Amino acid sequence: MAKYNLNINGKARQVDVDPATPMLWVLRDHLDMPGTKYGCGIAQCGACTVHLNGTAVRSCQLPVSAVANEAITTIEGLSEKGDHPVQKAWLEHDVAQCGYCQSGQIMSAASLLKSNPNPSDEDIESAMSGNICRCGTYLRIRDAIKTAAKK
Amino acid sequence: MENIKTKYNRRSFLKSSALAGGGLMLTASWFASAKAADKMEALNLPDQWNELTGYIKIMPDNVVKILCPNPEFGQNVMTSLPMIIAEELDVDWKNVVVEMGPHDNVKLGPQFTGGSNSVRMYWKPLREAGAAARNMLCQAAAQTWGVPVSEVTTKAGIISHASGKSAKYGEMAGKAATLEVPKGIGLKAPKDFAIVRKPTKNVEGQKIVTGKPLFGLDYRADGMLIAMIQHPPAFGMKLKSFDAAEALKMPGIKEVVSLKMYEDGFEQGGFDTRTFNDLLVVVGKSTWEVMNARKKLKVQWEPIGDIKETMAGRGGKREVVVPGGLESTSTQMEKMQEYAQKPAQQLRKDGDPETAFKNAALVIERTYTAPFLAHNCMEPMNFFANVTAEKAVVAGPLQAPGWAEPTLSKLLNLPPEKIEIQMTRMGGGFGRRAYAQYMYEAALISQKVKAPVKLIYSREDDMTYGIYRPMYTATYRAALDANKNLIAFHVKGGGIPENPVHANRFPAGAVDNYLAEGWQIPSNITIGAFRAPRSNFNAAAEQSFLDELAEAMGKDPIEMRMEMLERAAKNPVGKNNDYDAARYAGVLKLVRDKSGWKGGKDGKYNRGVAAYFCHNSYAAHVVDMVTRNGEPYVERVFSAVDCGVVVNPDAATNMVQGAVVDGIGNAFYGGLVHKDGAVQQTNFDKYRLIRNQEAPKSIEVHFVENDIDPTGLGEPPFPPVFGAVANALYKTTGKRHYQQPFKPESASS
Ligand code: FES
Ligand code: FES
Repeated sequence: MAKYNLNINGKARQVDVDPATPMLWVLRDHLDMPGTKYGCGIAQCGACTVHLNGTAVRSCQLPVSAVANEAITTIEGLSEKGDHPVQKAWLEHDVAQCGYCQSGQIMSAASLLKSNPNPSDEDIESAMSGNICRCGTYLRIRDAIKTAAKK
Repeated sequence: MENIKTKYNRRSFLKSSALAGGGLMLTASWFASAKAADKMEALNLPDQWNELTGYIKIMPDNVVKILCPNPEFGQNVMTSLPMIIAEELDVDWKNVVVEMGPHDNVKLGPQFTGGSNSVRMYWKPLREAGAAARNMLCQAAAQTWGVPVSEVTTKAGIISHASGKSAKYGEMAGKAATLEVPKGIGLKAPKDFAIVRKPTKNVEGQKIVTGKPLFGLDYRADGMLIAMIQHPPAFGMKLKSFDAAEALKMPGIKEVVSLKMYEDGFEQGGFDTRTFNDLLVVVGKSTWEVMNARKKLKVQWEPIGDIKETMAGRGGKREVVVPGGLESTSTQMEKMQEYAQKPAQQLRKDGDPETAFKNAALVIERTYTAPFLAHNCMEPMNFFANVTAEKAVVAGPLQAPGWAEPTLSKLLNLPPEKIEIQMTRMGGGFGRRAYAQYMYEAALISQKVKAPVKLIYSREDDMTYGIYRPMYTATYRAALDANKNLIAFHVKGGGIPENPVHANRFPAGAVDNYLAEGWQIPSNITIGAFRAPRSNFNAAAEQSFLDELAEAMGKDPIEMRMEMLERAAKNPVGKNNDYDAARYAGVLKLVRDKSGWKGGKDGKYNRGVAAYFCHNSYAAHVVDMVTRNGEPYVERVFSAVDCGVVVNPDAATNMVQGAVVDGIGNAFYGGLVHKDGAVQQTNFDKYRLIRNQEAPKSIEVHFVENDIDPTGLGEPPFPPVFGAVANALYKTTGKRHYQQPFKPESASS
């Protein structure tokens, strides 16, 4: 067990956990922030995607000990009022079916648009290839990303 | 407004009550309007579940609260079911607040999410509830104003009279609540629908995009512990002994316990299964700690041998023997081939197929196989339980709370009134969550460790400890005469552990001489419903076979089906044909026109077509395939669906698109392999799911426009995707594909 001072969604948070604990479980179990989802635990599905200094990472592969005080952003902190252009585009296209994968999809999409504000179809498909949607909402995910890119 | 008369059953009744503060609550209870003749696939509803109840609450401030009776797993019921009430109630959708109902089969009906039944089953009862409430509000206004009720009209939550008087529903709700609930109120004609048939956004959309805790895995309670089960490494094995000393030394670990799920002779309900009956459980403070401690267990496993189970479903009490042994895919295949040669049970026979086959100029025979499939819901199985001597509270993702409650009550020795089941949003279901054994496990663990616990399956547990789509095979034979007319058709299908054949479906009814047979091989691999059970295999096999048959007959595959359906419509063979030939032909015609089929020839695309009927609806797809980077790729799809009235068109389109993507993924990659009882695919690195770049560029969805009461949608578009993909693949590669998955070489990523 060790104490960590984390910077999550712009707020200082402290946890006392095993250094190997993935951020996914630190968020979900220790900080009561369940927006970040568990899907596979082995970097295959993208459900656990968060931003580390603005870039999408798989939180199931990110041990708390590796984070230091770098900025973590989760779906709960992507925007204050739930009105990030990607979130708005997701609502406009009514993307979700079950919705379970969508916070990971949104975090990946937001990271893509930050580094590439005008992605091509191929850019979108390759950036989103790590996020599985079992319900098959991929077409709407692509459309929503294009809509968000225009904003 | 044109009214349609409805009949109330004698058992119908509606109850109203005043809400504190002057509101109206309408509790409607009546006999379900579902036609008894419509047999519900995969459903064995006890009779009393035909009693439905819906809730409407109208607040004095004109806010209308509508409870959704059915659990949501992405099929959009939390939006579409309330839309149906709101339509007849005639309120402004903006003023509607939707809440998930509690589990209460007496007041809220069957509450079963599955069998593509939610909208179909609740359509009429919810309309009647809305119409009755609207009528009471009108009566209240008429009395208040001293005018005849016939002169009172409503519009979007406002009641008015020609004299200029008007009131909001909320103002009249208190008075309305004191009135008798009327019977036999007319319902709107479909042409007057103002909410139904309008694209309406998901009522939980904002919560989903902001990561609010909606799912079972997100559920939390004070003092809650995390539990995980260490299950045997293979089907056919069970716990022998264990040493938990190391695991117990790990940080955060509270207990390691073993317990039995069902005692010997326990009468299981129809949807109870036991993947493994002896549970070895690690309980601790956090998920990561429990995951780590579980690795430190030292466990001895032993072969299970044959086990006798007592099932007490609707068909009465019966003993079932589950064979022991460690099964492998290769031996399962051999066994299926062996059984396929043996005499089987005759399921249907028309005419004289034996003679027709003997006299045929040409006989075509093809055999198809498909593997076990894992549901792979994005949210792994999990459940919260807090069981004390007085009460059990359980919360989590569950498709059929009403089926689970009686078993839970027996397992915990608590009467149903002391059991509270809360239904969380589900991260997918696909049939998997109709089987509640993970809920029973959670409850038994909580009872044993005397603490609130959340049981979590890791992805590996979820995949290797599942309730799979069975393994199937079917041999199709067709006899053609010298003029290439189809004179006989024979299907013989089987599987582990159930046969897939739907004997009374198309092409039954369209061929003079017809034979359907089935067989099954018992197994200890647990199986269950998977999005359109059995149909998801039949549509793949039969629709590929019909494609090959059309080719042999020198006919266009759509025209050939249309001719057969015309025959079935005009002069059907036999009496028990399940499908409506005209509606079946309708989706083929629609997809033909919308896709610009023209004989299936296209300069760019290799086109495959398939259609199917299941869950009371009809679906057809044209799949347009290209070769991309040396691989077959479905670039474009046209879909046509007839599911009657489409309540929420945009969500329905989403559902069909999802079914198409799901179908392509499973047709290409889906498959679970066993080796000595052990599931070989343990996570998404080995079990390949379709990903973003593999989904088509476009999926154009068209619904047949009619005013038929809604039928199913979640399942029907799924099965024919397999057939259409197989047929497009033939055009692309020049080879017929008889074994799923079609791209096994890339089945693990
Ligand atoms: S849970 Fe992290 S990628 Fe799947
Ligand atoms: S919406 Fe269900 S997994 Fe993506």
